[in-house]
Amino acid sequence: MLSKRSLVGIRLNFQTLAVLFFMLIGVSAYAVDPAVANSDEAISAGKTVFNANCKQCHKLDQKSVGPALRGISDRRPIEWAKSFIKNSQAVIASGDAYATALYKEYNNTVMPSHEFLTDDDLGNLLAYIEYGDKVDPNAAVAGAEGAATGTGAGGGIPTEYLTVILGVLVLVLLLILVVLGLIISVLTKYLNKQPLAEDDQEFISQKTDIGKIFKSDAFIIVVTALVVALVAKTALDGLYSVGVQQGYAPAQPIAFSHALHAGQYEIACQYCHTGVEIGKSANIPSPNICMNCHMHIQNVGGKEGISPEIQKIYDAVDNNQPIEWVRVHNLPDLAYFNHSQHVAVGGIECQTCHGPIQEMEVVAQHSSLTMGWCIDCHRQTEIAAEGNAYYDKLVQLHSDSKDALKVKDIGGLECAKCHY
Amino acid sequence: MKENKKTYWKGLEQLSNDPEFVKHADREFPELPSNLSEEGNASRRDFLKLMGFSLAAASLAACETPVRKAIPYVNKPVDINPSIPNYYASTFASGGDYAAVVVKTREGRPIKIDGNELSPINKGKVNAIVEASVLSLYDKQRLAGPMIAGEKSDWKTVDEQVKSKLASAGTVKVVTNTILSPSTEKAIQEMGAAFGGVEVITYDPISNYGIVKANETYYGQGVIPSYHFDKAKTIVSFGADFLGTWISPIEFAGAYAKTRKISKEKPEMSRHYQFESNMSMTGANADYRTPIKASQSGLAVLALYNAIASKAGAATVSAPKVEIANIDKAANDLWAAKGASLVVSGSNDPNVQVVINAINELLGNNGSTIDFTTPVHFRKGNDARMNQFIGELKGGQVGAVIFYNCNPVYDHPRGAEVAEGIAKAKVSVATNGTMDETSSLVQIVAPDHHFLESWNDFEPKFGHYSLSQPTISPLFDTRQAQDSFLTWGGSSSNYYDFLRMNWESSVFTQVETGGEFQEFWDKALYNGVISANKITAALAPVGDVSAAASEVAKAYKADNAGAELVIYTKVGIGNGTFANNPWLQEMPDPITKATWDNYLTVSQSWAVENGVTMVEENTRKAQITVNGKSLIVPILVQPGQAKGTFGLALGYGRTKAGRVADGVGVNAYDLLEASKGFVNFDITSGVEIAVTADTYKIARTQTHQTFMGRENVIQEATLADYKQDASAGRYKPEIYKDGEFVKPSKISLWKGHQYSQHHWGLAIDMNSCIGCGACTVACQVENNVAVVGKQEVLNRREMAWIRIDRYYSSDAAADDLTGLEMASENPEVTFQPMMCQQCNNAPCETVCPVAATTHSSEGLNQMTYNRCIGTRYCANNCPYKVRRFNWFKYHDNKDFAGVNIAQNDDLGKMVLNPDVTVRVRGVMEKCSMCVQRIQAGKLTAKREKRKVQDGEINVACAVACPTDALVFGDMNDPNSKVSQLLKIEENSTSALKEVAEERAYHVLEEINVSPNVWYFTKIRNKEKNEA
Repeated sequence: MLSKRSLVGIRLNFQTLAVLFFMLIGVSAYAVDPAVANSDEAISAGKTVFNANCKQCHKLDQKSVGPALRGISDRRPIEWAKSFIKNSQAVIASGDAYATALYKEYNNTVMPSHEFLTDDDLGNLLAYIEYGDKVDPNAAVAGAEGAATGTGAGGGIPTEYLTVILGVLVLVLLLILVVLGLIISVLTKYLNKQPLAEDDQEFISQKTDIGKIFKSDAFIIVVTALVVALVAKTALDGLYSVGVQQGYAPAQPIAFSHALHAGQYEIACQYCHTGVEIGKSANIPSPNICMNCHMHIQNVGGKEGISPEIQKIYDAVDNNQPIEWVRVHNLPDLAYFNHSQHVAVGGIECQTCHGPIQEMEVVAQHSSLTMGWCIDCHRQTEIAAEGNAYYDKLVQLHSDSKDALKVKDIGGLECAKCHY
Repeated sequence: MKENKKTYWKGLEQLSNDPEFVKHADREFPELPSNLSEEGNASRRDFLKLMGFSLAAASLAACETPVRKAIPYVNKPVDINPSIPNYYASTFASGGDYAAVVVKTREGRPIKIDGNELSPINKGKVNAIVEASVLSLYDKQRLAGPMIAGEKSDWKTVDEQVKSKLASAGTVKVVTNTILSPSTEKAIQEMGAAFGGVEVITYDPISNYGIVKANETYYGQGVIPSYHFDKAKTIVSFGADFLGTWISPIEFAGAYAKTRKISKEKPEMSRHYQFESNMSMTGANADYRTPIKASQSGLAVLALYNAIASKAGAATVSAPKVEIANIDKAANDLWAAKGASLVVSGSNDPNVQVVINAINELLGNNGSTIDFTTPVHFRKGNDARMNQFIGELKGGQVGAVIFYNCNPVYDHPRGAEVAEGIAKAKVSVATNGTMDETSSLVQIVAPDHHFLESWNDFEPKFGHYSLSQPTISPLFDTRQAQDSFLTWGGSSSNYYDFLRMNWESSVFTQVETGGEFQEFWDKALYNGVISANKITAALAPVGDVSAAASEVAKAYKADNAGAELVIYTKVGIGNGTFANNPWLQEMPDPITKATWDNYLTVSQSWAVENGVTMVEENTRKAQITVNGKSLIVPILVQPGQAKGTFGLALGYGRTKAGRVADGVGVNAYDLLEASKGFVNFDITSGVEIAVTADTYKIARTQTHQTFMGRENVIQEATLADYKQDASAGRYKPEIYKDGEFVKPSKISLWKGHQYSQHHWGLAIDMNSCIGCGACTVACQVENNVAVVGKQEVLNRREMAWIRIDRYYSSDAAADDLTGLEMASENPEVTFQPMMCQQCNNAPCETVCPVAATTHSSEGLNQMTYNRCIGTRYCANNCPYKVRRFNWFKYHDNKDFAGVNIAQNDDLGKMVLNPDVTVRVRGVMEKCSMCVQRIQAGKLTAKREKRKVQDGEINVACAVACPTDALVFGDMNDPNSKVSQLLKIEENSTSALKEVAEERAYHVLEEINVSPNVWYFTKIRNKEKNEA
């Protein structure tokens, strides 16, 4: 979810890494059981298992819904860990003291059973837990800095600079005006002291008639033109904003917080929005997806009882009554947009269009979703062509060019790419 | 489940279907039209005021964005993902009309039907009726639940009443059209067991009983064989429209087309003779077509028999002498192709069919092109038994009658008597899905599901099976008819279990030797079709031709002076079952190009004699009287109509089909006669035709007859010429430039495009296009093309993106321009599918003032509706006339609600393709080369990080085409089928491809608009080109 493509992502990445850095200093004193495999294959296979089954509630080095997992092989025997993962309730029921204490510590939150995991899966999972995604604190900081400078260089001249430059220019022009005025007055004074012909004298001492200027055709035309231009600009801007709902943040039937789920717990977007990599619609999750976690998590912040908001999910499931969410992002019918093209093929981050969703308590429309906005991005975005044989020929034909292969170069600005 | 699907879809697919949104759209400008209509003399000021108001209203309406909901499933089914289509193998069957299909569903609703490529019968192909059948699912006039005596009821009451009534009724008869389903037959028998047995009485509206009866006398078994047109080098057909309507037209069209494909490597094609009265689609494709009177048809068959018999050294039969062109020629060709020829007849007269059998025996076709080892089940109707039954029904001898999805009151010649008899039966039940002519007369209606909601099995041919499965939860409170039968018979099993059990004990044991049934079942359901490796015994003649021949000699006359009426079936409307489908009503007839009507086809000479002239759509009406029954029908002058004969199509004149079909045309079933023991479609005596003073307009999409000798449009050659020179018939225009003549493509105003990745192209073989129109309906379904109704077709405003131009030849001299407009008395016919040619130098693009039509980097001419302001300059500048303008808002408009049902009510809209915009008033539209499919196909390839494979992206018309006349693909890919066909060798990115295929040409090549659609010359297997 967090990569170097979005500014927001980088900031968060940096924060997370910083937290990790301090945590690692504190908790890194443990010894990994030598029985846990330490091969790359095992770790990457274990990561898949972890992401699919554990990530919603566990982190490696941090307490989340459940405890931080790294070091488990030091704290408990491997066999215990495996049987607990497979069926924690059975272990607790067997009267195991450690398990019972753990259960109590985490507010009697039930961890679902994972009987379907094979012994190999569990071995890989433990390998990942112990060795996976370990960050060398020094490297982390360096990496984050590198990324930060990287974006600074790549952005071109930022708009703030332009404003400053404009301001300076105006200042300089004003100065020139003042200086010119001064020069005129000095010259007039000087000339007045000289003996001159009457005509010349009259010319020098003539006064500017401001009223005449106001009444002059040129002035009226200029002012009228300015007023018309301003009115037209305002009207046009107004018309352009018709139907644009940037910032639209309607109240939803359930006060679902992305800040909590995507931000604090870092649940991957795709976990709930299952269609985002395969189809046109990203999909609003159906309550059965919510229930994967909320079967066990009934309230926020470790409070007792059932949260009234979570209760709404239970009601929907019990009454077989679908939840009527309010659509936030509405494209007109005439525009075809496909999530999988952008996310799976283009590798675009969710946040690029949807903004810092992981900070939103209530989802708001971040981008304008106008055609100009789409087109701008298509002009600037490079094709993620690497490793994708579909683009081979296009890349080859484009190889003479100095510029990178962008969406616009392969027909990304054509009408029938979105309108049909 | 059902509720979930519906609500979910409404929520997420707000595109066009949300009722709230629709309401909003309707209310946008309520005052404007009404005010204008109130004041007949509204001043300019009023107009400006209204303009101002509407502008303000428009901005206001736009500001108030309606709140849209997104409603997910409560419990999402694993395999349904919004926006991702699912495909299910299933089967279309209506009576004996059959096609194995693949149904495309979106969010749980079927939206498109294609052929199932695994089927050995229709081989992935469909026809217009099958394509259109998906719309009948969403017909809001389907019965929403069971009815008793015309009042709504519930299933419990219905079951109780039917059970008790059947028990006391005495005899129980089930009347049906052909049942292809072995399990259904079994279910009916199960029901019968509870009431002392039922008799199933089968009739077919389009009867082929003559063949069954003839085979019973001649071969000892009343079966219809498989016909292998693909193995035939010479084909002779006496009035059998085997490409359009005869027995199994999709299968035959595919097989026939195989013999018509021609290339340098295989410069051979079949020769096809047709002897017929009406100009049928099959006749239009024949190499030699002879118009004959219906009264002569039997004698023509006898003449052919005698000609063949004398060659074979067999005994000839005595027959009145008759002069019919091409009989001897046909006999010679047949004899030369012994064992690889085929003679068929559309006659329903068993005696004629016996002679046909004898001819095929003399030619040794039985066992090669005629296959009795795999008999077909498409027509099981028994005209004689049905006739007898109607007598019993009328006589009050029938206790209980159950009509199983059939409508004899409408589609049987003695329908009126059936109607009378129903009242006399103690119990009458129908399972029909709508309140049609028959079901509205019965006591109890127990409506069946639509076939897309049903489980069923089929055995279309001996040893070949297929399954149909539900692709949507039932929309209404209907119940599968087989479930009704089982319930009434007291069985507690549901039909699905019954079907499975039946398959476990029958089909499974035939196909598999061991293994798990579940595995077999899953595979059969997934594939949709399965064939047992079994055949039945071949048949040899047991009868004799002489008796039949003498009957034929007696019954037919060489020279009948009176008018003859030949009643035929249209390719689009068929037997009238699907008449209420507006897609079919608006599909132009392949030959007459008429929509929304049936009419009396008359010969040109008769029209001249009787002073009937058809100027464009304007015509006169005639009164036709057949043995006392008379009808008033419009006249259509038909080139190729045999002199003295008149044609009239079945399937029209419905009275209770629904809002679309009611009152369209006249019912020709009334004129058929059933007295000879078979339904006779050729009325050769007692026919009187009188032209009336009434004028009428027939809505035709093409009113000109010939191509006026323009060889830049139609290019054709004979087979002999083609063999000598592959470019025979090609017209190669040259343009004078700088002292020499050069190809038009060498001179261009444009710089030319570069297509770096794809270059989409379409190759159309005019030799295999039979003109059936399946492509036009497929396009309509795929692209949400509006139906506009008869009046708008008359106004030349039909919306079809692809049309099939039908041209007759003329025998006038090249400089006789008036004469060239007139078709020959028996013309040659050419079909030319015409759609946007996706020009590389597109004339439309240069004239659009707002750049709403532009060129893509893949060779497509793009049409952007939201940019179009409706100047129509593009349409004016299009040399192919393929652009369509939305003169009205055809969706959500009560003026079009009666015809454009797919875009007007909530139920109908469920058939729309969600990936294609529904266009509004005032914008231009045209063929997009199914750009939504191209985009989807490319996206799949990108996601899978690979190149696009040839064939995975295909346009709807080419997919539907039963003869593979249209081939679509990437011309930048040298290995694609289209590149191979066109022989594009070099792999260039240029828009101008060097095409080495000699037959390929561009229509209107001299104007160098450089289309991406290529046509292949039409080759006729004739001695010489004659008009």
